[in-house]
Amino acid sequence: MKQPFEQVVERHGGTVLRVCRVILGAHDAQDAWSETFLAALRAYPDLPDDANAEAWLVTIAHRKAIDVLRTRKRQPAPVGQLPETPTALGIPGAEDGDLWHAVAALPEKQRQAVAYHYVAGLAYAEIAELLGGTTDAARRAAADGIKNLRRNYQGATTEGAPS
Amino acid sequence: MNITSDYFASPADPGTLDELKRRLGLAAEAEGLLDVAYTTVDSPVGALLLAATPKGLVRVAYDIEDHDHVLDTLAQRVSPRVLRAPKRLDTAARELDEYFSRRRQVFDLPLDLSLSKGFRQLVQRHLPEIGYGQTRTYGQVAALVGNPKAFRAVGTACATNPLPLVVPCHRVLPADGTPGRYVGGPEAKVTLLSLEAAA
Repeated sequence: MKQPFEQVVERHGGTVLRVCRVILGAHDAQDAWSETFLAALRAYPDLPDDANAEAWLVTIAHRKAIDVLRTRKRQPAPVGQLPETPTALGIPGAEDGDLWHAVAALPEKQRQAVAYHYVAGLAYAEIAELLGGTTDAARRAAADGIKNLRRNYQGATTEGAPS
Repeated sequence: MNITSDYFASPADPGTLDELKRRLGLAAEAEGLLDVAYTTVDSPVGALLLAATPKGLVRVAYDIEDHDHVLDTLAQRVSPRVLRAPKRLDTAARELDEYFSRRRQVFDLPLDLSLSKGFRQLVQRHLPEIGYGQTRTYGQVAALVGNPKAFRAVGTACATNPLPLVVPCHRVLPADGTPGRYVGGPEAKVTLLSLEAAA
């Protein structure tokens, strides 16, 4: 039995927004979210009833994010695109800003692996399917991503804690 | 640090998501993908769910019908492309508001009767002929649709009316003078009849 699409948005909208933000930064995350859910709405009647809706949405978001990243690469911006100031999405506080700068500084594969594993909860085998390459490579990309985040982001959560 | 999904959350997410959902409703409408739009409104007879297809208002549901269940049914019977998108229901909501404040006696809304079939739909098509403030018995309505013996089937048609209030099944009563059954509960039926009687 297929749920009303509204429930899909309600249940998974937050996760997809976070995935888009990790991959693209705050600035482009909202556009990617909108394109993801519009495409999902179009295809929804054909989605098998027993499909994992969240994994399906993340797959669509992955493709939409790649489109955005490709567009960016074509643009003559000399520096890697850091997200707008955190307040653009209402993320308050300098520490959060540092987190998003650290996320933005990750290589693309690591950022994707972190988003799909730690935010969306996909298994490494599923991530390997999205990114191409092996399950081990996906696991390594996520682990390296987290290692880099730990190194580059001294957030409030690690303050005073032995590292 | 312990990395989880929450780690990448933002306190602004709920507001951002509300705005993104609002935009999704508008984009879906523009792209012709909004098969069922719905909203909920407050009323003197409790929260009402209003749902419309591109053809017109397809469902009005009382709280006691369980709105989640009603939405599930719409997803099965009309289309799973169901979104909370109040804009399409603006006129219906306004006319209901006018009805409850006694400024409107007749609804002027495009209706989509696709949720009912056959004899039930026939009865529902005739119900608006019972004017504001008037009542008929099930037997009288059976005669009205040309089948005087079918008063029980008229009762079923009223009980399964997908558009209560707008298609006025509350104006159909048992011959014994009691309010009888109603999809919104007997109290709601009495409330509507008193509202119309006082006008």
